[in-house]
Amino acid sequence: MTLLTSLTLAEARDGLANKSFTSLELTDAHLGAIEAARTLNAFVLETPDQARAMARAVDAKIARGEGGPLAGIPLGIKDLFATRDVRTTACSKILGNFVPPYESTVTSQLWRDGAVMLGKLNNDEFAMGSSNETSCFGPVVNPWRREGANTELVPGGSSGGSASAVAAMLCMGATATDTGGSIRQPAALTGTVGIKPTYGRCSRWGIVAFASSLDQAGPIARTVRDSAILMRSMAGHDPKDTTSVDRAVPDYEAAIGKSVKGMKIGVPREYRLDGMPAEIEKLWAEGAAWLKAAGAELVDVSLPHTKYALPAYYIIAPAEASSNLARYDGVRYGLRVPGRSIGELYENTRAEGFGAEVRRRVMIGTYVLSAGYYDAYYLRAQKVRTLIKKDFEDCFAKGVHAILTPATPSAAFAVGANLDPVEMYLNDIFTVTVNMAGLPGIAVPAGRDAQQLPLGLQLIGRPFDEETLFSLGEVIEQAAGRFTPARWW
Amino acid sequence: MSAASGKLIKGATGDWETVIGLEVHAQVTSNSKLFSGASTEFGGNPNSHVSLVDAAMPGMLPVINEECVRQAVRTGLGLNAKINRRSVFDRKNYFYPDSPQGYQISQYKSPIVGEGEVVVELGGGKTATIGIERLHLEQDAGKLLHDRSPSLSCVDLNRCGVALMEIVSKPDIRDAEQARAYVTKLRSILRYLGTCDGDMEKGSLRADVNVSVRKPGGPLGTRCEIKNMNSISFIGDAIEYEARRQIEILEDGGAIDQETRLYDPDKGETRSMRSKEEAHDYRYFPDPDLLPLEFSEAWVAGIKAGLPELPDQKKARFIADFGLSSYDAGVLVAERESADFYETVLAGLADKSRDGKLAANWVINELFGRLNREGRDITGAPVSAAQLSAIVDLIGEATISGKIAKDLFEIVWTEGGDPRALVEARGMKQVTDLGAIEKVVDEIIAANPEKVAQARAKPQLAGWFVGQVMKSSGGKANPQAVNDILKAKLGI
Repeated sequence: MTLLTSLTLAEARDGLANKSFTSLELTDAHLGAIEAARTLNAFVLETPDQARAMARAVDAKIARGEGGPLAGIPLGIKDLFATRDVRTTACSKILGNFVPPYESTVTSQLWRDGAVMLGKLNNDEFAMGSSNETSCFGPVVNPWRREGANTELVPGGSSGGSASAVAAMLCMGATATDTGGSIRQPAALTGTVGIKPTYGRCSRWGIVAFASSLDQAGPIARTVRDSAILMRSMAGHDPKDTTSVDRAVPDYEAAIGKSVKGMKIGVPREYRLDGMPAEIEKLWAEGAAWLKAAGAELVDVSLPHTKYALPAYYIIAPAEASSNLARYDGVRYGLRVPGRSIGELYENTRAEGFGAEVRRRVMIGTYVLSAGYYDAYYLRAQKVRTLIKKDFEDCFAKGVHAILTPATPSAAFAVGANLDPVEMYLNDIFTVTVNMAGLPGIAVPAGRDAQQLPLGLQLIGRPFDEETLFSLGEVIEQAAGRFTPARWW
Repeated sequence: MSAASGKLIKGATGDWETVIGLEVHAQVTSNSKLFSGASTEFGGNPNSHVSLVDAAMPGMLPVINEECVRQAVRTGLGLNAKINRRSVFDRKNYFYPDSPQGYQISQYKSPIVGEGEVVVELGGGKTATIGIERLHLEQDAGKLLHDRSPSLSCVDLNRCGVALMEIVSKPDIRDAEQARAYVTKLRSILRYLGTCDGDMEKGSLRADVNVSVRKPGGPLGTRCEIKNMNSISFIGDAIEYEARRQIEILEDGGAIDQETRLYDPDKGETRSMRSKEEAHDYRYFPDPDLLPLEFSEAWVAGIKAGLPELPDQKKARFIADFGLSSYDAGVLVAERESADFYETVLAGLADKSRDGKLAANWVINELFGRLNREGRDITGAPVSAAQLSAIVDLIGEATISGKIAKDLFEIVWTEGGDPRALVEARGMKQVTDLGAIEKVVDEIIAANPEKVAQARAKPQLAGWFVGQVMKSSGGKANPQAVNDILKAKLGI
């Protein structure tokens, strides 16, 4: 018999419905896998008691024929999502042992639909990072290794714990968040599927904020279908988040297997970077060929302001972050390092509570918003953002249904590679434009590099057209096959 | 539009003009806070009206309270101001424990209300028009409590997140009297609109006052801002002190430092709080958690249609319909409660076009006069509007004389009761029986032949006879009838 943990979410759902196994058995299998994989450091908090209690409750429901769309499915939750009565830290020392008395809208919808929580997943501190090395709980290790090597690799970030746990089969799917690529980049680096939906598709209520105008929740899963199933439960309008959109949530799973014949797929010339590895170039061409073979029409498109996206992103995101993180002041919750005055208390608490990358971004953000610099930095970056958005609008107006790009400029790199901040920020080069424009983007595994590490392609869609991304993503998945790391842990 | 001239201040080098602009913070009347569902009720145990949003818990998001937006639009319309159909909320970033988010949500570049104006009444029947620069919505802060612990400061977040309207005047105010009149009028308009209760003691209305001085017609001087004034009379006192302080410095050859100052009402002086160098850099930027506020012309029109009558309109109506003097009408409309009381008296009158003015006299002179002497306000008046209507009716229909009416008012004030029944029961009715009056007149004429001769020679002396007749009738004789009969009998 197949290991329960190696089932896809869709397979497990069917197995539960057929009563082939119970949610408790499925949950126990995953709890065992988590325990055996602690060296990956994917989970920062395991909640086995809660998981079993939820599994038993949902088993009773399934027995009564009342299970929801995710009945009995064990999931991991990124530690950025507030979970009621369960420690939530955003992997920052400054939140300490913060236990929220509330549940984020997205996770409450997962529990509403019958999912089971296995625990909280590691991430870069406040979701700031592209390697999951800025977490106060230490780096997450990628279950993938280079062929014939023992070097520990990063899973990408900031949703590194989510990606690593899904790839290593510690959970059937995970929640994640994406501000500049934090779902898609780790998905690409771990051979998993990650989708960042359109801005406003998921509620941000109860998710620790990084950059409010860019943050969006989405799932990481092992297949396109699984991500579509999770997306349906996570999406939806929430009156508690003014930026969430009141629009019906489609049955995303129904888009899987839908013909892509006649769809116009844009290939943007500006994404062809100087010095881009040949294997990325090859992967991209292969992806285009697969879509063409499925009946899509490939067209060259231009997104002329692409080169300004990364610098503009690294102004806007830190600006918002510097303000969003002001609430962590040691006064009401989390870490407090006393001082002789309120000013000292703030300084001591924030100096000790925030890690280096968070401090760097708070300082950058404070600088670009300060009097005399606002127009030169923040305002200009917002203008760039408008132009980037317009690039996409113009492209879609010409009848393009989706845009195909590489997901990342390289495969996973070594833990402790000590990239300088700018090198690290370059990881987001293909993904930030999507956040800047508020569009949906999916990363799908599409091949391997010379060292047998997984690589992903990205599809960018029209606003609220996640369905097309699922249809196209599945075409690539079918052609490329699935990627599973060999177990070494 | 140029500002009305104000009182100049004499200095050693000649006259000085004061230039004043006010930023009034008015707490919006609403059940819940600007961006959270927590109650806005005043008082309550510390931190008992605090939502997760107010406490800035991780992942919490603000959601605009539509009623607060409606109130701001109402206020803008009441100030004859431009309503901006698109406005933006910005974050004003600063660290202080009374601001849990680490920023205040306010409106910086695109406020909900633009330019408007307020006409204020000054002494001697003069008016001045004060320009409004803008009105914007923002969150109030919490309150620090320094007396709860010997070593710690505590914070009460009950007020944190309550909606404020910041109403910014143009620098059109020229002296302390105009400033007082402006805040008084603004407060009155807000109370008529029901958009702010105007309770300055509870801090529902507070003002920051910008003061500078210059030689009349000269360039504007450097201003100082006096923060957080919560009394109209202190605002005037602070301006007078601050203007003189600045004049003294300038006349001594010094320069004014742009700074924030506080007024100490006990000492009657202002003192420096922080200088321009210490001023915060608030790093304003549009709040990404909130969409711009946008509404239609029709939505604004709907609010406009529902606006109550405002003091200026009411005053004009009282003058036109009842022939009130501008002064009397001004007194009646100054406070919404007074105007409401007068309107209720009017509504109870049998003939308001005949007795409307008489009723105004009674409300102002007898009722307000008495309330003032006793230090009470209209809400606790022992004489109700219905009772006053009855008294005025009795005078108007000539059942009692004005003099008797004052006695009746006294009885109603101290003992209460239905005025008409009291007049009946206590025999206070005016004697209108001409035969009875004639009899008394005849008796007095017969008893005083010398006075009769004098009065015939000098008709003004007839008043003595009127007094005698009234005296012997116990004040109840109809004065008009007495006059007519006397004139006929005396042949004058």
